[in-house]
Amino acid sequence: MNSILQCESLSKKFSGSAALSNINFTIERGRIIGLLGPNGSGKTTLLKIINGLLVPDTGKVQISGMEPGIETKKIVSYLPERTYLADWMKVSDTIDFFKDFYGDFDAKIADDMLKRLKIDPNKKLKTLSKGTKEKVQLILVMSRRAELYCLDEPIGGVDPASRDYIVNTIITNYNENAAVLISTHLIAEIENILDEVIILKDGTVILHSSVDDIRTKEGKSIDSLFREVFKC
Amino acid sequence: MQWDINSERPVYIQLIEQIQASIISGYFKPSDKLPSVRDLAAEASVNPNTMQKALAELERSGLIYSNRTSGRYITSDLMLIKELKGKSAKCLIIDFVEKMKQLGFEQEEVLTMITETIKEMGK
Repeated sequence: MNSILQCESLSKKFSGSAALSNINFTIERGRIIGLLGPNGSGKTTLLKIINGLLVPDTGKVQISGMEPGIETKKIVSYLPERTYLADWMKVSDTIDFFKDFYGDFDAKIADDMLKRLKIDPNKKLKTLSKGTKEKVQLILVMSRRAELYCLDEPIGGVDPASRDYIVNTIITNYNENAAVLISTHLIAEIENILDEVIILKDGTVILHSSVDDIRTKEGKSIDSLFREVFKC
Repeated sequence: MQWDINSERPVYIQLIEQIQASIISGYFKPSDKLPSVRDLAAEASVNPNTMQKALAELERSGLIYSNRTSGRYITSDLMLIKELKGKSAKCLIIDFVEKMKQLGFEQEEVLTMITETIKEMGK
């Protein structure tokens, strides 16, 4: 069995309106997948269901054959849309925190990345800028040797030079046993590292395809295709 | 090496073209060992799977070959490289002649212009 994530007829309603309806897809190990869609299309809801923060109304999620729960949290590294780390912690405290929490956390990777991005581990989170805090959070998540990475808008608040470094980290950390699911609006920045995209619209999957197939078929980048499909 | 990948065309095709170009230009010499897929992918800022696909394609065409235990190498077949060089020269010429046609030049004119320009550049 080579799939790491399977979603079967997932649906979720919030006070009557459908956030997700009948989502079906499978993600293979060793792939980097972009989860794209306009605001309110269901990207974050989907990631929350995969991580067990929300329960679907119908359908099921299987991660390496298991339903979301304690066992899957051991193998899924999740970057939520909002930071959850306590403000009083130093950067080095957060690293110890992750080391305690996750058996697959590799402090050496985290230290290297902090150095490269010139983040002082002795600073308190409270004193860091929004973008730097986001970097710390992403470093923690990427320093786990997980089997599935779920990144919800990982580079939104990060400056372009650091984005390049982070995108490169995703490639160099690549391991054929793990898959990376990235939700983002910055399509142009990441599309060259993607294998596949899943495009959501109003809570349904409207396209799930290999990115090079799309480029061959449409003769344009994923970014241009997105702008065309969702033209306002 | 310098990679220049855009997002308009399939990435693996661009990788193939650029590796071919670097073999022609002599950046990679016959029988050179190629860096690992991972290193090449990181250098070009592309997905390792895509780099793998490009290399597999180049292997199929014989330009590179892999040795199970020690990695991938550039072919030592000089004829094959020469052939590739000829092919890409031809592509450039066809492209150029078509563009000149669009500008409204006849074939004869194009030929004289080339000869003249080459002379000027030699000065």
